[in-house]
Order: sequence, then structure tokens, then C-alpha cells
Amino acid sequence: MTIAMTSTITTTMTGSPPLAGNNLAAAPIDANGLFSLLPLLIISMLVVLQLLQISFRRDAELCYRLSLGGLVVAFASLFMLSDSLPQQVTPLLLIDPYALLFMGLILACAILLLPLSHDYWRRQRLQLDEFYLLYALSILGALVLVCSQHFASLVLGLELLALALVAMIGYPFSARYDFPLEAAIKYLLLSGVASATLLFGIALIYADLGSLAFIALGQALQHSLIETLALQKPLLLTGIMLVLAGICFKLSLVPFHLWTPDVYQGAPTPVTALLATVSTTAVAALLLRWYLASNGYAVPQLVWTLTLIAVASMLVGNLLALLQQDIKRLMAYSSTAHFGYLLVALLALSQSANPALAVEAVSYYLAAYLVSTLAVFAVIMQLSAEQHAGECHTLDHYRGLVWRRPLLALTLILALLSLAGIPLTVGFIGKFYIFSAAVAQQLWLLLLTVVIGSAIGLFYYLRWVLLLTLSDSIDAANGDPGTLDTHSIGTKTSLRWRSVRWRSGSTLALVCLALLTLLLGTLPTPLIDLIRTLAISIS
Amino acid sequence: MLTLLIVLLLIGAAAAWLAEQRSASAPRLVALATLGLALLLLLPLLFNTANGALIAVQGDSWLLLERHAWIPRFGISWLLAMDGMSLLLVLLTLVLGLIAIAASWTEIGERQGFFYFNLLACLAGVVGVFTALDLLLFFVFWEVMLIPVYFLIGIWGHEERHYAALKFVIFTQASSLLMLISIIGLAYLHQQQHGSYSFDYFALLGSGSESPYSFWLMLGLFIALVVKLPAFPLHTWLADAHTQAPTAGSVILAGVLLKTGAYGLIRFLIPLFPDSLESFAAVGMTLGVIGIFYGALLAFAQYDLKRLVAYSSISHMGFILLGVYAWNALSLQGAVMQMLTHGFSAAALFMLAGAIQQRIHSRDMRQMGGFWKQAPRMAAIALFFAMASLGIPGLGNFIAEFLILIGSFQASVTATLLATFGLVGAAVYSLIMIQRVFQGPQQSSHTLADFDRREQGTMAVMMLALLLLGLYPQPALDLLQPVIAQLQALGQTSSSQLAGVMP
Repeated sequence: MTIAMTSTITTTMTGSPPLAGNNLAAAPIDANGLFSLLPLLIISMLVVLQLLQISFRRDAELCYRLSLGGLVVAFASLFMLSDSLPQQVTPLLLIDPYALLFMGLILACAILLLPLSHDYWRRQRLQLDEFYLLYALSILGALVLVCSQHFASLVLGLELLALALVAMIGYPFSARYDFPLEAAIKYLLLSGVASATLLFGIALIYADLGSLAFIALGQALQHSLIETLALQKPLLLTGIMLVLAGICFKLSLVPFHLWTPDVYQGAPTPVTALLATVSTTAVAALLLRWYLASNGYAVPQLVWTLTLIAVASMLVGNLLALLQQDIKRLMAYSSTAHFGYLLVALLALSQSANPALAVEAVSYYLAAYLVSTLAVFAVIMQLSAEQHAGECHTLDHYRGLVWRRPLLALTLILALLSLAGIPLTVGFIGKFYIFSAAVAQQLWLLLLTVVIGSAIGLFYYLRWVLLLTLSDSIDAANGDPGTLDTHSIGTKTSLRWRSVRWRSGSTLALVCLALLTLLLGTLPTPLIDLIRTLAISIS
Repeated sequence: MLTLLIVLLLIGAAAAWLAEQRSASAPRLVALATLGLALLLLLPLLFNTANGALIAVQGDSWLLLERHAWIPRFGISWLLAMDGMSLLLVLLTLVLGLIAIAASWTEIGERQGFFYFNLLACLAGVVGVFTALDLLLFFVFWEVMLIPVYFLIGIWGHEERHYAALKFVIFTQASSLLMLISIIGLAYLHQQQHGSYSFDYFALLGSGSESPYSFWLMLGLFIALVVKLPAFPLHTWLADAHTQAPTAGSVILAGVLLKTGAYGLIRFLIPLFPDSLESFAAVGMTLGVIGIFYGALLAFAQYDLKRLVAYSSISHMGFILLGVYAWNALSLQGAVMQMLTHGFSAAALFMLAGAIQQRIHSRDMRQMGGFWKQAPRMAAIALFFAMASLGIPGLGNFIAEFLILIGSFQASVTATLLATFGLVGAAVYSLIMIQRVFQGPQQSSHTLADFDRREQGTMAVMMLALLLLGLYPQPALDLLQPVIAQLQALGQTSSSQLAGVMP
């Protein structure tokens, strides 16, 4: 399956587009275009290399090194690209500064997540060469999504991402996981339905327009909206709504969120982390591009639907997260709520003459969400890796963590405060951006919902934070030997910095994430400037 | 200099945490040294004011002012400044910080490092709140100071600590999001009129009145500040938080954190929205009077000693609300004096309640009684602070409430008359407290140890401060006078300008 997918994507990108039956001039790919595909090509090369390596020599360590190297090279290649942009490569892909920004975010996230996952598998004594292959494939899918400006490449990217994820959820089969197969099947079926919905929507749009490019949709919408205030083409409207449903499924927005907690809980933690960060970020970046390019903000029906979805996601996500005892389920609902907040910034595009602020807000919020969520999962991964039976799922595992594992606990506290939007963390700047964008458009009702949602959110984030600082002795009384260190007899009250293994790659990634959470919250100017120079290209 | 002060407190906080690995008692020594150093830093300022080393910005004079760019994209700067009012409040903060350390000397047994880290981090945030003049910076400090208090209550508090800590943080954080909307609304207005965002206090002065959403922006800010004060309908977090917090937490909460709300009203709300004085003063004064009576009534009905003191705080804060919305020189001086004197008297009463709880493991006044014989020093000191709380002449609280009442008499006779009757309530609950705890027959077999040297010394500092403010308040009033004159002018010129513009 994977080989077939790879070959499809390479032919699509290098050869002339087989799917693109549209009126845009399909110019043959030139040297500049090929060059601007460098990050995608490097990851594709990586996939091929990994296939070869796995067939000749099975060695998880080597596979890990290869992946890490490939990702780093791909990340470095982004810097070489920045001069020759924007570059349209076939009608399918547009490599512009906006795509560059999100490619950078996704690759950085992948680079940080990889050592953490590797450490996790290694400490559980699982030799999973193919995980790295699938990992690279899903990253490739995410990168394609970020640059796509055409429904064909949207589907390609989305499917590449989703199929690799299905395999990753179910494949590391081991007795220690509760329901990986259930999660994989659930994701496969529901993701399949979502894809089908999406495809049907695309077909309807194609039937009406005869083109699959986002721009064509934008032009058509603009024309028809000049005549009448509301969109009167039922075929086109249905198509747009179905596409929206497919995208909302991937972002686990209400009412398409039902799969999220089960899949998050059932999947091995590294895959959950990938699902919560790379997959959602890529889809959200795509949503923003599609919404802007197709003038979606001019369609009142679409705006109203998005508003309803945003309000429902913020309220339902936070309310359902309220009393969760399982960390991963809690993170699932919290991600639903966070994408609800994100939609508020997206909706600030609606009547805006200058969409720059809203685009900035969406981009910064995504970056903030990415860093904080990754930090939370990094801690869960590190803790779970040490467990001998089952993962660290329940809140009880985290009682008094500060006194046992100071580095992990402090990172987790920072990340949770960031998700709750407390100042001096990156999450606050993100929330500040959302408030600014919404105030500028005077979306008072949505703002009020954000306030209510955040207030509910404080409850579960801060409850967790408090749990981390409770005294160690309660944990000992509960008689849970798995969570206690071997040298826990020493001073109970002081922090145990000695338990930190400073030189491992996963610790390095963890420290990086903690520092990023703090630094981007206190000195956000560099990232703001970066986003302003890159992301604005889309508006 | 101001940055140095905040950084010093933060470094002290980190050092206190790390010092724990040396010995269990090292953190409190580090904390003590840090606060002492911070006070020394401020000391020259007290004498400099006479020399007139002032910095003028737009006609206002400030003792200290520093400004650095922070997030230029939104015109947010690291703008700290200090005038007489800030100076007095920062001094109060640091002194009460020392008292909080003394109060937790023996009470906090475990994880002292983290305890003193939180204490100092909270104080750093409060100092930031009292000196920040960039609205977003103010907001950042405003939120940041809450998290350490959340830990103080949640970890070292009493039996219902988790509930109380969460309630406290959700009330304050949710309301402060409303404040964030208001602040951004003001900055957006500035962007509409001048082309760029600004959160600068000087740039935004009086601008709130020009917004079409003026009333709602003002209301958002008002709610956030009044939750912290707290005023009548939004006070429910206070009793739980105060009751469940450890003594040091209660001291900081009552002595310092409540004052941030009042400070925000005086420094930000009225100067930013000067026309709210006309449209909203009646509501503010009414809430103040309701708070005075309601707090007194509830305080009288409590059997829990800490709860009694907590509700008495609501009553005292009602006077501040009254004084702020009367908005004249006398009432404002009274309001700031009330902030200082209530800081000391409430802190002392909480420390007393904490000391009793540490000795007999109960706060229930039905189990107390007849303690005067066993602990005469404690009883005498308690009587002193009860008298301060009910506003006996000669102590600072009298001066404060007297000034507020004179000031508000000019604004509203009805409200002043009612508030004056509220003083009777203060006498009732203060005396009933003394009666239940120290007089009457002994209810239980507890033997109560009297105050030791450390506790006597701490109490002596607060008694001295109250006596000083009560007998010779002039130095403090002199420090406040220029500030209040400026604030008052601000309120008046802006509203008269507005009146000139509008036909």
C-alpha cells in the first residue's frame, strides 16, 4: 500500500498532473519549480531509502538515525528556498512563504517528536523499523497539504497522512496497549467516511465549476455573490458544506469529534502526539488557505455554519474535558476546544478588509498550540515509557510528580499553563492574538464564548497542575509501586534533579519544548516578525 | 531600578527553592534576605521625594519611570513607573511579605523551598501590578501573581483547600479575561484613531469615553477589578480562599491582593473612562454601601474565626469603593489610607487566627472562649486590632474611614449616611469576636500558649504602623497629595473636554 502511495505522489509531483482536468494552464515543470519542491523531494527520498534499508537490514536504530537526518536536511532546505518564492509547481502545489512557514513548523515538530518516540519504543523494547517509514510518509502528507491549492492535492495529502496514521495506530501491537486495534479500525472507518464525504463534496463542486482549483471556486463565489447577497447555487453550496465536514472531522470539531477521545486513548502515545500536532496543524493550515483563496468568508451560510461549529466546539469540548480522569481523553477534548478558539480567529476574516491580523492570529495560535501540546505529550511519553504495565493514562499517575521527576513535571506545568492561556507562556500570546482579531471584527458573542470556554478550561488544566504538586506520601499510601522511583526513600521534600538523564535525545527535545513555551511567551517578537513576513503572503 | 526590584524578587524566589537542598530552613532565610534587600533598595526613594527628583511625563510627575520596547507589533512596552501611591503600596507589599514569612516560620513544615518560591513570586507579581503603566503589562502581572497564590492555597491550605483554590483562580481568571477584552478594545480604538496599537497608559488616558462601546469596555474592566476587591455580588470566592489558605496566604491575600483591585480602580478605571464617574458612580457607591452592610452582617453571623475576618474585609473594601466613586481629594486620600491600614489590621487578625488554629487546631469560635487568662498578651493584641478594625480614633483605620466619609458626603449624602451606620456593624462584629474568643467561660480543655517573641515582634511592627498612620498620617498624605491632585484633574478635564465637544 505504502509503495503504491509513494509512487502515486511522486508521479503526481514530477510528471504532468493526471487528475487536473481544469482550465488553468498546466505548464510543464521547470528547474525552478523542481527546486522549490526540495523539502518534499527530500522526504520522498527518505521514504525510498528507508524501504530499501528495511528490506536489506532490519535495524531500528539505523532507521531512526536515517529519519532524523532526512528530516533535518529537509528542514535545512527550507532556508535555501526562501529567495525564489512564491513558486507554483503544477496547478496542484503552490510553494509560497505561507507554505514555507507551515512546512517549517511541521518539520520542526517532527524533528522534536522523533527522538521522543524513539526513546519510547526503545525503552519498551519494541523494534519498530516500519514506524519510522510510516512516520516519514505522514510528514510527507502533511507537507503536501500545506502547499496544496487544489482539491486533488488536498485529497492526496489528506489520504497520505490518514493512511499512514491508521497503520501507525494499530501496528505496534503489544499486550500493554488497551485498544490499539479498536482505535485503528475506528479511525480507519470514520476517516474513510470523512474522506468519502469530502470527495463527494469535491465532485459536486467540480460538477458545478468544471475546475478543482481553489482559485476557481473563489472566482465563482465572488461572481455569484455580486448578483445576490446569499449563495443561490445549491449544488455548489452542498459541495462546500461537505468539504467543510470532511475538514472538520480531521480537526475533530463538534459535531465531528466523536472519534477523537477513543482514538487518542487507544493509540500508542507517540502516534497520539503525531495525530494531535502534525495532522491537525497541517489540516488547519489548509483550512485557512482554502477559506481565503475560495473567498469562503463572503458566503453567509458558510460563516454561520463555522460560527455554530466554533461555539459548539468551545463549549462541548471544554465541558466534556471537565471530569475526564484519562489524560489522553482529556487532551482529545481539549484539542476540540482549542480548534474552536482557532475558528474564532478564522471567522475574524469574515468582513475584514485587511485579513493580515486574522492570518497572523491563526498562525501564531497554531504555533502556540503545537508547542504546548507537544510538550504535554512529550511528558506523557517519557512517563509511560518507564511503566511496566500499561501507559500513564490516569490522572493519579501524575500525583506529586514535581517531587519525583522535577524536569518532566515543570515542563508539564508550563505546557498546561500555556494551554490554559496564562501569561508568560506562549499560549497567552496566542489567546491574545485571538482576542485582538475578534475585537477588531467586533465578534462579541464569539468572544464571550471564548471567555466562558477558557473559564471552564481553567478548571481541568489547573486541577491537573495542582495534582502534580501534591505530596508524595499520598501516592505511596495508594500503594502504586510502579510510579515510585527506586531511590524514593531519600528526602521527600526536595526535588530530585539527579534523576534527570541530561544527555539523552528525548530529554533534549523536552527541554527545547519547555524553553520554547517560555521564550515564545515572554519574547514573542521574533516569531511574530517571522509570521508577519511569511504568512502575510497568503492574504 | 523597578525592573531590578522585580528581578531581585524573582531571583530570590528561585534561590529560595534551590536553597532547600542545603537545609530545610535555608529557604526562609533567603526569602527574608531578599525582602530586606528589596526594602533597602526602596529606602532612598522615601527621602528623595523631598528633593524633588521627579520625572515629568505629560505634566504628571513620577518618582521613577522606565520604558523599553517589548512587543512592538502591538505597541506593548515594558513601562514601569512609580509615584507616591505606588511607593506606599509597594512598601506595604514588602513589609507584609516580611510579616508573612514570620507568620509561616513554624507553620510551614514541608516543602519550604517551593512555599517561599511561591510567596516571593507572588510578591514580584504584585510589585509589578503596582508599578506597571502599560495596560498589557499590568494584565500580565495581574494574572501571573495569581498562580503562586493558587499553589499557596492548594498545597499548604486547610481541609477544603482544593475547592477553595480552584474557586479563587476561576473567579479571578475568568473575570480578568473580560478585562483583557476591554484592554484590547481600548488599544484597537487607539489603532483606529492613530493608526497603531498602543497599550500605553499615557496614550490611552481618557480615551475610553470616546468608544461607541464605552460602557461595555468599562464594565469588563470594572468586573475584573471588583472581583478582586471584592464587591458585593462577586465576593463569594473570598471567604473560602481566606479560610482555607495558610496564614501567610491569608496575610498576602487580605493585605496585598485585595488592594490591587482598589489600585486598579483608582489608577486605571476612572482615568481611562472619566465619564463613567457620572454615569456609573451611583452604581459603584451603591455596591460599596451594600458591601459595607452585607460584609458586616455576614461577619457577625460566622462561627469560623477566619471567615469572620474575611467577611469583615468585604465590609472594609466597601468603604474603598465608596471613596473611589466619590472621586474627590479627601475621599481618594481616604481610600488609599484604607488600603494601607486595612492591609495591616486584616493581616494582623489573620495572623492571630492562624496562631490560634495552629495551637488548638480549630477555627470554630464555639470551641474557644476564656483565652484571656491563658494568653493575656495575645488577647491584648487581639483587642488592639479589633479596635483598629472598628475604627477607633487614634489608629489609622479611623483616619481612613473618616476621610472617606467626609469626601463622599460631598458626593452623596444618602450613601454617606448609610455607610456611617455601617460603622456600627464593624463595632458589633469586632467586639463579638473578642467576646467569643477571649472572654466568657472556657469552652474546651485546650491550653493555649501565649505569643512568643517572634509573634510579639511581628505584631508590634503592625501595631506601630497603625499607630503611626493614626496619630501622624501627614507624611503619607503628603506623598499622596500630588498623585491625587493629578488623578482628580484627569477625571475632571477629560469629562469637561467631553462636555465641550458634545453639544
